[in-house]
Amino acid sequence: MDIFVQQLINGLVLGSIYALVALGYTMVYGILELINFAHGEVTMVGAMSALAVIGALLGAYPQAPALLVLPAGVLAAIMVCMALGYVIERVAYRPLRRAPRLAPLITAIGVSIVLQNAAMLIWGRSYISFPAILPHGSHPILGAVITDLQIVIVTLSVLIMLGLTLLVERTRLGRAMRATAQSREVAELMGVNVNTVISATFIIGSALAAIAGVMVSAYYGLGHYYMGFMLGLKAFSAAVLGGIGNLAGAMLGGLLLGVIEALGAGYIGDLTGGFLGSNYQDVFAFMVLILVLVFRPSGLLGERVAQRA
Amino acid sequence: MSLLEVKGLKVAYGGIQAVRGIDLVIEQGELVCLIGANGAGKSSALKGLIGLVQHHGEVRFTGERLNGLPTHAIVAKGMTLVPEGRGIFARLSVAENLDMGAYTRRDVGPVRLDLNRVYDLFPRLAERRAQLAGTLSGGEQQMLALGRAIMARPRLLLLDEPSMGLAPIMVQKIYQTIAEIARDGVTILLVEQNAHLALQVSQRGYVMESGSVVLTGASQALADDPMVKAAYLGE
Repeated sequence: MDIFVQQLINGLVLGSIYALVALGYTMVYGILELINFAHGEVTMVGAMSALAVIGALLGAYPQAPALLVLPAGVLAAIMVCMALGYVIERVAYRPLRRAPRLAPLITAIGVSIVLQNAAMLIWGRSYISFPAILPHGSHPILGAVITDLQIVIVTLSVLIMLGLTLLVERTRLGRAMRATAQSREVAELMGVNVNTVISATFIIGSALAAIAGVMVSAYYGLGHYYMGFMLGLKAFSAAVLGGIGNLAGAMLGGLLLGVIEALGAGYIGDLTGGFLGSNYQDVFAFMVLILVLVFRPSGLLGERVAQRA
Repeated sequence: MSLLEVKGLKVAYGGIQAVRGIDLVIEQGELVCLIGANGAGKSSALKGLIGLVQHHGEVRFTGERLNGLPTHAIVAKGMTLVPEGRGIFARLSVAENLDMGAYTRRDVGPVRLDLNRVYDLFPRLAERRAQLAGTLSGGEQQMLALGRAIMARPRLLLLDEPSMGLAPIMVQKIYQTIAEIARDGVTILLVEQNAHLALQVSQRGYVMESGSVVLTGASQALADDPMVKAAYLGE
């Protein structure tokens, strides 16, 4: 089996999930210059609510077809997360809109802790496994293997990213979002209700996070109240890598980070003569983050900060 | 009923009183100027009117009290401010900036007519409609800001220092356009440091000094006033 191709595929799958989460970080940062550190936890809530709904449905109707149960779980996750995103902004960030930037950042960490603990109380401390209703076919490709689930994840991610791009570039709401990102005051002078736009941004980002959360738990077959932490940090690294505030950057950064991580995990054993194993895979995301911050703080597609405003 | 009636408008930043209780009345169809030195409180007064800054006093627009309404709601009622420094969206295209001007409007047909009119007024904008607005020159950006205001079809247009930082030929073009917008029946409140220009184009004027209105009257009378001549016209 070709390790390079295989890890490339694995990396693209992981990367497209990172990209979906990174988009949420970057959209909020673009508009509020706020790092919503609770965003990782939103993906966790998405995964856990989907698992809960899917589990309940299968409990009640063991023969229910996967094609009904899965979308129901995803839909539930999306709705829960949209509501959660709205409430987080309304309760935790809006009252601090005029406060120094450190205040909402600390609040974000607080929200994240609250969500983790709430999830632990609701769903318990143990891993919840994803019911075996997923497609499990696999196909040989260029000396490697790609599974049905991987194909679904990548295809769905690409479609969602296209949809988001169209929304932001072509619609009235998208234009209002971009205008608000450039100047809240002038957007308001155009008649834009900036608060509505900010709420919409949180809601859209949270919907993406919900889908990404379900994808992660389906991909690894698990859900856990702590799963959002690492995923959030990595997606944040991806957003910084691409240039935070930049949508295309978040997509590119997510994919790159996934690939770097997968290739790193695939080759780290060979490179270190077996001294380090693939369990060091998480190191790569943060090495990338540090390198970007040192050598290109504005990210790959980011503009220099001076060009803003 | 006057289009705009302002009684005792006050604006303060922290402890500093920028506007100390001014009265303004603007009738439908008038072009009124507000002149005064740098720091007299002119821009703060405009920002107070449209709700961008905290303010006290009564603001009535078409008879309706505006106090407490958010800016976007005031804009939807037909008041538009072209802010000092133009406030264009540098990373939106020229066409998108103009679209943003019509953000509150749902009348697609008339919006298209207004867009054509803006492109007729400023052929330069039509040539550059696909360009990012940040790549325009200062004068072109001011054209864009005015064009964007036309797209809003305001009942009252507030202009904050439209001549600032522009070459004389561009100032002339901008003021021709302002006169043209006024001829179309749009009521305008013009804030300007260049008192010469402002008094030429307007019918009436207010003179502000350290937060208060110290003089008001017909623009011609103000231009002939010895105090105005000495302080603002450099004669």
